[in-house]
Amino acid sequence: MSTGATIVAVCSLTLLWGGFAICLRIAMKDENK
Amino acid sequence: MSKEEKRGQWGSRSGFILAAIGSAVGLGNIWRFPYVAASNGGGAFLIPYLVALFTAGIPLLILEFAMGHKIRSSAPGVFAKLDRKYEAIGWFQTLIAFTIATYYVVIIGWSFSYLFFAFTSAWGADPKAFLFGEYLQLGEAPSTLSNLGTSLGGLNLKVAIPLLLVWAINYSVLRMGVKNGLEKANKIFMPLLVISLLVIVIRGVTLPGAMDGLNYFFSPDFSKLTDPKVWLAAYGQIFFSLSICFAIMYAYASYLPKKSDIVNNAFMTGLGNCSFSLISGIGVFSILGFMAQAQGVSVAEVSTAGVGLAFIVFPEAINQLPGMNGLIGGIFFVTLIFAGLSSSLSIMEAVVAAISDKFKLTRSQGLNRFTITSGLLSLLIATNGGLYVLDIVDYATNQYGIVIAGILELVILGWFFNLESVRTYVNELSDFKVGRWWILAIKGTSILLIIILALKIKGEITSPYEGYSWTALGVYGLGAITLITVGSFILAKKKGSKEFEGKIYEKPLNNKLELDLDLNN
Repeated sequence: MSTGATIVAVCSLTLLWGGFAICLRIAMKDENK
Repeated sequence: MSKEEKRGQWGSRSGFILAAIGSAVGLGNIWRFPYVAASNGGGAFLIPYLVALFTAGIPLLILEFAMGHKIRSSAPGVFAKLDRKYEAIGWFQTLIAFTIATYYVVIIGWSFSYLFFAFTSAWGADPKAFLFGEYLQLGEAPSTLSNLGTSLGGLNLKVAIPLLLVWAINYSVLRMGVKNGLEKANKIFMPLLVISLLVIVIRGVTLPGAMDGLNYFFSPDFSKLTDPKVWLAAYGQIFFSLSICFAIMYAYASYLPKKSDIVNNAFMTGLGNCSFSLISGIGVFSILGFMAQAQGVSVAEVSTAGVGLAFIVFPEAINQLPGMNGLIGGIFFVTLIFAGLSSSLSIMEAVVAAISDKFKLTRSQGLNRFTITSGLLSLLIATNGGLYVLDIVDYATNQYGIVIAGILELVILGWFFNLESVRTYVNELSDFKVGRWWILAIKGTSILLIIILALKIKGEITSPYEGYSWTALGVYGLGAITLITVGSFILAKKKGSKEFEGKIYEKPLNNKLELDLDLNN
């Protein structure tokens, strides 16, 4: 893959999946309260 | 049993989240998003896409979750509670859901057929001829009033039989209710969907030529960012992808317990949906890259969307796989089935909830009436000419119906309702607090939708959809929208059950959402 494509792929996957994981973590913390 | 439990309530937060993501994640995530992204700047498209997610998609999810959660009713009840004269808008959204449910199940039925075909490559060397010839037995396109009936042809059992199976699955799940049916089904379907998609992705990225496909998908063409059409495409893709503005999220949120983090739920649904789309894009384009290399053509030449991608291009790719063709092919169609079912369940639930909320019907009675009506109509799509009807009605309900529904919803809620009270309401319940930007996002999206509709109408006049005749577009497309509109007014005027009248008509909102001071009941 080209450098540009690789950067886009990594950034977008990180943002979306990372964002989802953070929200999930917060939700699980709430459930355990 | 409390009143809430009688109506239905999610057993767990994870159940609601899986169901909401399942509703949003559908066939479009797999066969529309990758193509739209690749055609609108590739990797650069992800910028407007993510901007659209955070400025329109998630704000609208927060709005619909909040209204459904507070009012504890499906779409007609939500709008009637604002003002009785708005009830027809709730029914408009519900009847759009009814229409979509009617044809969506047919496509899931095709996926079941192709699941079996995959193991023997039944589609042969020419999947296109197989799809339109042997399988769908497609006749001539409808063009004049005199050939409208004949172009439908007769019932096609190859489509009708798997269609019955799809109806049976949806009916059985919905019959068991929100907690034991919808929630449990999504807790099974969603993990299996993710696993099957990951198998496709892993197989895809390890194929020769995959990197060409991924380059095509991810390489950014930043010059496209100055093209307003690309931004409109991004907002359109987000709007259609998240199951907003056609009654579903009101119904789903109405089953949430009082103590619910609305904002985080909305973020999880939006981010979950778009994460899935991105992974689908990787799977689709790695396999298209492989195909392009195998055929000695560019990726652009094999890049397509929709029914053609799923039932023509992918079978061609499956034919050419170096091994395990049947298994990989089967898993691809299993992915479509799970994505389709999790969405069809939500679409049907929106309708069943609306009917049983307003009228003096139990959930089972509402479900039975809906299933018989929609089921019989869906047989119209299981005919020789059904694909044309599906194509036109799908186009009309999505490109016009949902956009009009969205405009009505956002103009009323964004400009005539006290949105600040909704912001206060969700912030009281949520760990993430939304700022005043949220109100601007709702108002801004309403204006954007009006622009999208105006441009759509202008484009349609000069170049009618797919070259269909105005007769066919008028009868099936405009006809569907007209029936939905007329039906909305009729259903709004009908007398509701005593409970509905007492809960909704007799206690309208005073143009704002009040906070619930006791969250433990």
